[in-house]
Amino acid sequence: MKRLQCGISENEKIAQSFYKMRVESLYLARNSKPGQFIEVQCSDGIEPLLRRPLGVHRILKNGIDLLYEVVGKGTAMLSEKKAGEEIDLIGPLGNGFMLNEKTILVAGGIGIAPLLALAEQLAYSKKQKIHVFIGAKTKEHIICAEDFKKIGCDVSVSTEDGSRGYKGLVTNLLNKLFDDETIKPSNDTTIYACGPVGMLKTVARIAKTNQIPCQVSLEERMACGVGVCLGCPVKVKGGEYKMVCKDGPVFNAEEIAW
Amino acid sequence: MVDLSVKIGKLKLKNPVMAASGTFGPEYGELTDINSLGAYITKTITLKPRQGNPPPRIAETASGMLNSIGLENNGVEDFIKDKLPKLSKIKIPIIVSIAGEYDNELKELAKRLNKIKRINALELNLSCPNIKRAPLGFARGRQGAQMIAQDKDATYEIVKAVRRSTALTVIVKLSPNVTDITEIAKAAESAGADSVSLVNTFLGIAVDIETKRPKLGNVTGGLSGPAIKPLALKFVRDAYKCVKIPVIGIGGIMDYKDAIEFMLCGAAAVQIGTANFVNPDTSIEIIGGIRKYLAINKIKDARSLIGKLEI
Ligand SMILES: Cc1cc2nc3c(=O)[nH]c(=O)nc-3n(C[C@H](O)[C@H](O)[C@H](O)COP(=O)(O)OP(=O)(O)OC[C@H]3O[C@@H](n4cnc5c(N)ncnc54)[C@H](O)[C@@H]3O)c2cc1C
Ligand SMILES: Cc1cc2nc3c(=O)[nH]c(=O)nc-3n(C[C@H](O)[C@H](O)[C@H](O)COP(=O)(O)O)c2cc1C
Ligand code: FES
Repeated sequence: MKRLQCGISENEKIAQSFYKMRVESLYLARNSKPGQFIEVQCSDGIEPLLRRPLGVHRILKNGIDLLYEVVGKGTAMLSEKKAGEEIDLIGPLGNGFMLNEKTILVAGGIGIAPLLALAEQLAYSKKQKIHVFIGAKTKEHIICAEDFKKIGCDVSVSTEDGSRGYKGLVTNLLNKLFDDETIKPSNDTTIYACGPVGMLKTVARIAKTNQIPCQVSLEERMACGVGVCLGCPVKVKGGEYKMVCKDGPVFNAEEIAW
Repeated sequence: MVDLSVKIGKLKLKNPVMAASGTFGPEYGELTDINSLGAYITKTITLKPRQGNPPPRIAETASGMLNSIGLENNGVEDFIKDKLPKLSKIKIPIIVSIAGEYDNELKELAKRLNKIKRINALELNLSCPNIKRAPLGFARGRQGAQMIAQDKDATYEIVKAVRRSTALTVIVKLSPNVTDITEIAKAAESAGADSVSLVNTFLGIAVDIETKRPKLGNVTGGLSGPAIKPLALKFVRDAYKCVKIPVIGIGGIMDYKDAIEFMLCGAAAVQIGTANFVNPDTSIEIIGGIRKYLAINKIKDARSLIGKLEI
């Protein structure tokens, strides 16, 4: 991990309230792993004060991409940054995903962000079929589906209002896959999931019922991002707390006291 | 060459800048050089392990943040066996921050740490706003006071008890959640404290209006960051005027200018907290900034700034 002033080479709106920022950094390109995150300084002053954690969305040759949804002050300020400007980053932070052979990826909303880096790495290193489930509120909130298709993933989409793909929750769609004996994934498949905690909980249950491993990427409010402030706890089985920033953000679903 | 060194009790610091308890540590790794600081202060430890408060533990507020960590730590035995050996790369003085609900607990802690060579001083955290139990274990403690540092008699007795159990330099960390800081600071001094440090965080609440719930799992938390600086300066000046022991200034320091404001209001040294999260190099930049300020103003010695507010 390093603190870096990186050049922004791109910062574009890719859909309603979603932005993609490309930052130049050989260091981040070489040292980032899928599932890790960056602490981003959104303002030049003290408002907002704290850095904002954003997942590594893509790992490129000369830098990385960040994908973010504008939800408040910090992300709104980020969206105002222009190509050519600099941004203050600390990273890469956290543990990252453990790569396995056969995989299913499940994304809820902006939870898609770290999964593209993962899919690209899996597609590159393991040459295998990856099945991606993407769930969102409406078709306007479905992002990156094409990026996954481009690298050869099977993509299944669900929206809560039915405006694209399956109508309902992405976890219902996932359940249908497991309920159908003819297409049911084998036990050596791993599920990787990122999204709202309710979704992750359901995905964890589906994985458990079907006795397959599941890795989830969690979110918690953060201050330091490195494990010093003890501000980002998640309760694990056994009752104690682990820190999302340092022990995670990726956890074995089995480990979490849902 | 300007002289930045300062003495706190028996402790000699090469410069007056320390990182505040709970906000800094070896976890920062290569991000910054701990050994440039005046001293390293540990996260507060207690006699027995404490799990800390439920999440969320952090809420950002205007130019500041609320935290409700709740003194999560694995207890003193784990600190001695596991944490301390990992601090072997630290060459500057180590100040161990300790807290407890009862005088016996603090006495015991002080005794356990007294014999350990690597430990140079204790900071008695009598002011954590995030633990619920009222201190009851001492004779004259006002029942219902949430923190020891809210009660001058309790402060006196606890500091006295610790003073008797250790030869180490004792710094007493005070709370701003009081009506009259001078009586608490004086109680600490007369009980034998070598120094007082202030402020710890201000109790506060933040509310999510969509869910109508508090933003912190613990409902209340402690406010820190630039938002509290003017308040903290007033506390430091009031304490400086009433005690002879060195006062350590804490609260919202982001750069060297803030640090010098504290020194002019009476701080012999300063601690940097929340700013570390934004920029882990804050303390180092402040040391450089103070040095430059002194050079430009032809001041030889940082100590001659202390309390020199011109009125
Ligand atoms: C490890 C990690 C990786 C993340 N990766 C991404 C990513 O790749 N893309 C992305 O868009 N977002 C990501 N997030 C969430 C992102 O950090 C928050 O959306 C962001 O901090 C909001 O900042 P803000 O100032 O815009 O909003 P604020 O004004 O601070 O808050 C606006 C809303 O966002 C919610 N929020 C604030 N902070 C967090 C947080 N840390 N986690 C979850 N919700 C939060 C608040 O509850 C509030 O409803 C990640 C979070 C974590 C912990
Ligand atoms: C996340 C966090 C954890 C803290 N933990 C401790 C602690 O364990 N012990 C302690 O004495 N003070 C603790 N503090 C208080 C700070 O040491 C400091 O007194 C306070 O934050 C004010 O300084 P600042 O505005 O520079 O942050 C903590 C503060 C924060 C923000
Ligand atoms: S954000 Fe500080 S410990 Fe995780």
